[in-house]
Amino acid sequence: MADSGFEARIEQALEDEALRRNFASALGAFAARRRSVFADADALERLRTQAAAIRDRALARLPELLEELESRLTANGIRVHWAETAAVGNRLVLEILEAHGVRRVVKGKSMVSEEMHLNAFLARHGIETVETDLGEFIIQLAGETPSHIIVPAVHKNRAQIAKLFREKIPGAPYTEEVTELNAIARHTLREQFREAGAGLSGVNFAVAETGTLCLVENEGNGRMCTGVPPLHIAVMGIEKVIERLEDLPPLLRLLTGSATGQRVTTYVNLISGPRRGGEPDGPREVHLVLLDNGRSAVFADPERRATLRCIRCGCCLNHCPVYARIGGHAYGTTYPGPIGKVLTPQLLGIDRAGELPFASTLCGACEEVCPVKIPLAQLLRRLRAEAVRGPAAEGKSRAAPGAAPLERLAWRAWGQAVKRPGVYRALLAGGRWLGGLLPPVGPLERWLRAHAEPRFSQRNLRRLLRKKGIPDA
Amino acid sequence: MTAAPPKPARVQLFATCLGEALFPETALAAVELIEREGVAVVFPPGQTCCGQPAYNAGFPEEAREAARRQMAALAGDLPVVVPSASCAGMMKHHYPRLFTDPAERKAAEQLAGRVVEWSEFLVRVLGVRLRDAGPPLKVTWHSSCHALREMGVVPFAKALLAGLERVELVPLSRETECCGFGGIFSVKHPALSGAMAADKLADIQATGAERVIAGDCGCLLHLQGAIEARGLALRAQHLADFLRERTHGG
Amino acid sequence: MPEPRARERILARLRAAPRDIPPRPETAALPAAAPAPEAAAALEAALTAMRAEVHRLPRGRWAEELRERLSGRGLSELIYRPGAPWAPEIEKAWAQAAEAAPRLLAWEGDIEGFRERLFSAAAGITAAAAAAADPGVLLLRPGPEEPRLLSLVPPAHVVLVPAERIHPTLEDALAAGSFAPPLPANLVLVSGPSKTADIELTLAFGVHGPRELLVFILE
Repeated sequence: MADSGFEARIEQALEDEALRRNFASALGAFAARRRSVFADADALERLRTQAAAIRDRALARLPELLEELESRLTANGIRVHWAETAAVGNRLVLEILEAHGVRRVVKGKSMVSEEMHLNAFLARHGIETVETDLGEFIIQLAGETPSHIIVPAVHKNRAQIAKLFREKIPGAPYTEEVTELNAIARHTLREQFREAGAGLSGVNFAVAETGTLCLVENEGNGRMCTGVPPLHIAVMGIEKVIERLEDLPPLLRLLTGSATGQRVTTYVNLISGPRRGGEPDGPREVHLVLLDNGRSAVFADPERRATLRCIRCGCCLNHCPVYARIGGHAYGTTYPGPIGKVLTPQLLGIDRAGELPFASTLCGACEEVCPVKIPLAQLLRRLRAEAVRGPAAEGKSRAAPGAAPLERLAWRAWGQAVKRPGVYRALLAGGRWLGGLLPPVGPLERWLRAHAEPRFSQRNLRRLLRKKGIPDA
Repeated sequence: MTAAPPKPARVQLFATCLGEALFPETALAAVELIEREGVAVVFPPGQTCCGQPAYNAGFPEEAREAARRQMAALAGDLPVVVPSASCAGMMKHHYPRLFTDPAERKAAEQLAGRVVEWSEFLVRVLGVRLRDAGPPLKVTWHSSCHALREMGVVPFAKALLAGLERVELVPLSRETECCGFGGIFSVKHPALSGAMAADKLADIQATGAERVIAGDCGCLLHLQGAIEARGLALRAQHLADFLRERTHGG
Repeated sequence: MPEPRARERILARLRAAPRDIPPRPETAALPAAAPAPEAAAALEAALTAMRAEVHRLPRGRWAEELRERLSGRGLSELIYRPGAPWAPEIEKAWAQAAEAAPRLLAWEGDIEGFRERLFSAAAGITAAAAAAADPGVLLLRPGPEEPRLLSLVPPAHVVLVPAERIHPTLEDALAAGSFAPPLPANLVLVSGPSKTADIELTLAFGVHGPRELLVFILE
């Protein structure tokens, strides 16, 4: 695989003491809050089982539910658009905005729009997008991308944010008081809400039965974006649909509890249509862009399909020992952490992101907390195997295998040795003879960066056992 | 928890590849503690490696070959005792899913059903009572991820440690966090693996204990290697070695 | 140009995948929620924990009491929608307004003509269509009589909650509301004042929505 700079970014992140401190304290706090909100372990287990089943059933009926959703939404007055790729999704959004002559939009937090690089696309076409979630607002000012899918600016501390506001917001004083920083953001964004020609948002869940878009948030910026401007455009991945309204409460409990340790967020916004007759406010038009962008390919395989259960709570990030040490930017992808390592190679292709699944100890901490029980470790193993094989299996022409030839050769040799006890014993004897005298190259050289040299024991276990009278049978 | 299985007359030992190459004393200690309870141990000579290194490195075909070899070597009806939770987890939880052929799958499931992690075997099957013969000592315990999450055997190891009268067990502040070994991870991402080891070692040092006990040869290889590279006055020791040391008359 | 066949192609790919459709999952039993009679107290505790302010008003003279409780808080005006079923009662109560009470201001017409006033107002008042003690939420049902921005834009949101609309759980509240299609264009669950913890996880209130949520349970 070509060097993507991943290892360099990891090393850079590990050297950034402030970054590690910012992440460690935030993630520790999230984990503690989660434990307290889910104090009853049996109840949590029942809820996770139910939520996994809800998501599994919804995915099993995905084509039918998407059609049902579309027909309900249409009946409710919401216009539905389909996009196979991010590029098409971006163009759809642009066309709607241009048709309304909109030059500036306010936007609520949406990971799928990050996946589409929607803001940059709109900017290239002369449309300004103002991020309004406080965390997103901060990183937009800084010209960065989210480092966490729930708390996008978690890598920044208040001093860094104070400096940023002072530099980028005209008239803003320097203050490290969080309430004052919030007030500056509120003041700056209020005007944007009032004047914007359109609001953009993501979707947490879409209910097929009722034709409802569900948005979960704490700040109220999402309600502003979807309620104040005359036009609302929502974008969502096709996997986010659920069957019935009654499926929503258990998913909400798990989403908020897993994400931030809240019993419930401040707001859950259920949108089932534009402004109706007699209503004095609300958008005149609501559009939904349904984005595939590789999801139907994930869906095609029943084992990989479990990836699509994800409700984007970020809990696997919060509990990941790797993410905690390097933060989200080091991954270099839209979705970081365990779910990112599983989802990204499937969306972008194993040839482009095949190194990600290897950046895990397979410790299973992510899987243990996943509210919808995605078998993350097993999916990581599977993707590692796909990365080793290379993308040839996808019906493309014979592509170069993913693993380095030497590594492949080494494992093949290993495979030959472990199935031949005679060869294996001879190798062990060789190891005893060599002791610690192996040449420090390749994997051993990398091992020695953090460890002392491993030494083969000089004692022969089989002989020792025989001496103790343990039979070889 | 299901009822304890009856005490068998004999068991098979699966020593693991690390046990055989690097830690033969650990395998011997594991055997000794079983034999003391009047259970005979046999060592099937055709055993090699469970296949987990290849399985986790993205080489399932090679892992399958390794699994076939162990299934042949460990044939029979005896319990298979494994002094390493990750190897036990590989055989118990992953062997069956490596095979699609019904006969092979059945054989994998048959073996999976017989695999017992060593500390669990001591506590649940043998019901051992240990007599502490060592001086007062403070130790801490590292839960390997496989012992903790895949095999659920940490309570057994802790029960064994609790049975030692003069051993004080001081818990780590982040006991459930991975030490950073992860097999292939430690060579693909040495900086990260080293950073995780450093944090784990700091946590160990903060307990004031000079020894960390664990039940998994992989974590021990990693931690001991990191300890030596840093020249720390610490020691990482397998539970079997520790229990043998504490209970040994001579 | 967007491809008109995108929908068909996406659906065809999804249909081509092997699928086993599992049955509808069983509802997981929740940890015991407060039974209905205690639901109001449980709701009060949950909302208070989320930094809402909860008051109880006697059904007979709630509007007068409300005016008293809102007096002297520095709220310059209270916006309401004249069509709301409870509007005549507050109009009557405010007719004998005390000096310290917020000025009652009617939202007439559409947002397009009212935007400036709304964005400069101190408080808005709506009722809750339902409430749930677990997890402590009010269910707002905006519509012609209760515009959606009334509960969002002013820095204080005053909510009336008739005690009989309080259910033990959200599941109960949604079931009791018999929310079959077509749903109202907007339904909102609210559990407290607007908040954020995006800066060093330090909780701060009123970042975009109301800084104060004043809940009045009518008994």
